[in-house]
Amino acid sequence: MSLLKIDNLKVNINGKEILKGLSLEVNRGEIHAIMGPNGSGKSTLAGVLAGKEDYEIVEGTIEFDGRNIFEMSPEDRAREGLFLAFQYPIEIPCVSNASFMKTAVNEIRKYRNQEPLDAMDFLRIMKEKAKLVEMDQSFLNRSVNQGFSGGEKKRNEIFQLAMLEPKLAILDETDSGLDIDALKIVSNGVNKVRNTENAFVVITHYQRLLNYIVPDFVHVLFDGKLVVSGGKELAFELEERGYDWIKKQYNSVLV
Amino acid sequence: MNMQKEPINIVDELTQSDYKYGFVTDIEHELAPKGLNEDTIRFISAKKHEPEFMLEWRLKAFRFWQQMKEPKWANVKFPPIDYQDAYYYAAPKQSANKPKSLDEIDPEIRRTFEKLGIPLTEQQRLAGIAVDAVMDSVSVATTFKEKLSELGIIFCSMSEAIREHPDLVKKYIGSVVPYTDNYFAALNSAVFSDGSFCYIPKGVKCPLELSTYFRINASETGQFERTLIIADEGSYVSYLEGCTAPIRDENQLHAAVVELIAHKDAEIKYSTVQNWYPGDKEGKGGIYNFVTKRGICEGNNSKISWTQVETGSAITWKYPSCILKGDNSIGEFYSVALTNNYQQADTGTKMIHLGQNTKSRIVSKGISAGKSQNSYRGLVSVGKKAMNARNYSQCDSLLLGDKCGAHTFPYIEVKNNTATVEHEATTSKISEDILFYCNQRGISTEDAIGLIVNGFSREVLNQLPMEFAVEAQRLLAISLEGSVG
Ligand SMILES: Nc1ncnc2c1ncn2[C@@H]1O[C@H](COP(=O)(O)OP(=O)(O)O)[C@@H](O)[C@H]1O
Ligand SMILES: [Mg+2]
Repeated sequence: MSLLKIDNLKVNINGKEILKGLSLEVNRGEIHAIMGPNGSGKSTLAGVLAGKEDYEIVEGTIEFDGRNIFEMSPEDRAREGLFLAFQYPIEIPCVSNASFMKTAVNEIRKYRNQEPLDAMDFLRIMKEKAKLVEMDQSFLNRSVNQGFSGGEKKRNEIFQLAMLEPKLAILDETDSGLDIDALKIVSNGVNKVRNTENAFVVITHYQRLLNYIVPDFVHVLFDGKLVVSGGKELAFELEERGYDWIKKQYNSVLV
Repeated sequence: MNMQKEPINIVDELTQSDYKYGFVTDIEHELAPKGLNEDTIRFISAKKHEPEFMLEWRLKAFRFWQQMKEPKWANVKFPPIDYQDAYYYAAPKQSANKPKSLDEIDPEIRRTFEKLGIPLTEQQRLAGIAVDAVMDSVSVATTFKEKLSELGIIFCSMSEAIREHPDLVKKYIGSVVPYTDNYFAALNSAVFSDGSFCYIPKGVKCPLELSTYFRINASETGQFERTLIIADEGSYVSYLEGCTAPIRDENQLHAAVVELIAHKDAEIKYSTVQNWYPGDKEGKGGIYNFVTKRGICEGNNSKISWTQVETGSAITWKYPSCILKGDNSIGEFYSVALTNNYQQADTGTKMIHLGQNTKSRIVSKGISAGKSQNSYRGLVSVGKKAMNARNYSQCDSLLLGDKCGAHTFPYIEVKNNTATVEHEATTSKISEDILFYCNQRGISTEDAIGLIVNGFSREVLNQLPMEFAVEAQRLLAISLEGSVG
């Protein structure tokens, strides 16, 4: 059984069609990259998967680990192991990174009928995972993302990913705004979390990230559909030729 | 075909809370005739077997009040109050003579307080806390009295203090809040029915938390209690008040006066967890909480600390204040005020620096949800002789949704150029984006709000005695609790 199965997904925002029949299947152990021009609907797809409410689902089905995802609340999707690294991570006032993660970890454990982690274990794991993304300890006591630089916010997303150990992680442009060193650190973090039981959907604009997080499949999202799929070579081709040839090819088909 | 849930406004849903203390106890009340005139006041005074000086004082206050006009300056709105259309004295029938022992209390009244988490039997008394329970106009029980009196501590109802310790009452009542102070203080001075009295003798550190629990039960009554706490030289006391009222459509007036006196080297810590009925979701009913609270640091090196967690009342209008008269004296004000639905709060403090090297600290946290309005109003005043006075004020606002309002009105008057006055303010908002981000990490909306509200209020909650901090935390959460499925 595949971990994620999207079939003919059609989504509108304020009456405007954004996704127009998108299908995708992701198995455990796989990394899928989704590329596409700005405004093509990549973040919309991520938001629909995570359960954001701004969307109107017009048609299609999504199964996550065998369950109809539309019957699950956003928090239950998270507890079932779906993680979204946000393109624009949110700042939360008055809540330290540490207590935010402690609440999240223990909510997820409760859902799985596990005892809450005691303070010592939690601290140990947290320090370990912070090291994974080379995040300074001081960030753990600061309010979530408040006053973090763009790069620090992205690193914090991957730290949270490492803490929550999801089955499926969606990274929405985690590479944007990162310099090359930060990019390596973040990719390195992802590669360490990666195993044969989990899967990643990596949304990116640039091929650069895929040098470090090597995908099994690359898809191009254009005009609301995945119009081309291939192996990692496709990313190089896009890098070289840009998106124009796709636009030409598919616009002509549409016309 | 799958339809995702219609977009709903989570914040709207969340702020539909239910008041858990809204039950009415079915007991008979003895009432004064409706309305307010000199006879009402004579009736109250006679009921309480008061000495002549008290009646005289009440009448003077009443005559003064009649000359006054209801103040209009606070940032709150309410229809005119008809002062003749209310009862000014309501006593649960049995307690015309207060029971001698806790076990003689009317079972109905005892059950009321048990439901509120305040056991009044000898066996079940709260450990480490002495409680004075006040229902409507009268004190119905005081626990741990004997134990306290061994140390010379007087902790009793105000009525009892007027009868048994008239010299102390005469000396101190109105000494911090004179009846001429303001409209509601004058009204209270005329008609106050009961309240708590507390005297800590020289050098005694009170080993128990002293606590008064106020409950309005009767309808169409106002509650006017008066609390007086005197900490003699070198003494210490921590005092806590809590309050609730049944759900009623009408607005009920609560106009209390609290006076604190800290002598040389003494410290008074006064905490309030205020949970009067706030009115329903449409803004109908609820308590008007118009309270005058003031303490004076009379002696050198004395300290008064106010901590308040305000979640109830339709309208809250109060400014617990400190007059820092003694040199090196310290005043503190820690406040969390939460408003939801149509609640209005205009609250803050006044720190009046008169002595040298006096210090004050103000930490105010306002949480607004629903269509509520939450204002901080504070005055820091430094007198001519207050050399090296220091004040630090911090006013933070947290907004839940975008139909509520937060306002700050900090006033500063400095007449001595050696003073240091600092003011900081922040405003944060719990947006739908924040809640979704929390949801995406497996945290439900309610828990997310709880997490943020607790983090926001922590500095104030930490000031409360342990048991009450937990209670207050729970109260904040349920005041915002809703029907999110
Ligand atoms: N909340 C919204 N309201 C209106 N339009 C939106 C909203 N979110 C996204 N869109 C529109 O949907 C399209 C896809 O956006 P998005 O999914 O963010 O693209 P990408 O992530 O591929 O850049 C864009 O045209 C964008 O303007
Ligand atoms: Mg995007």
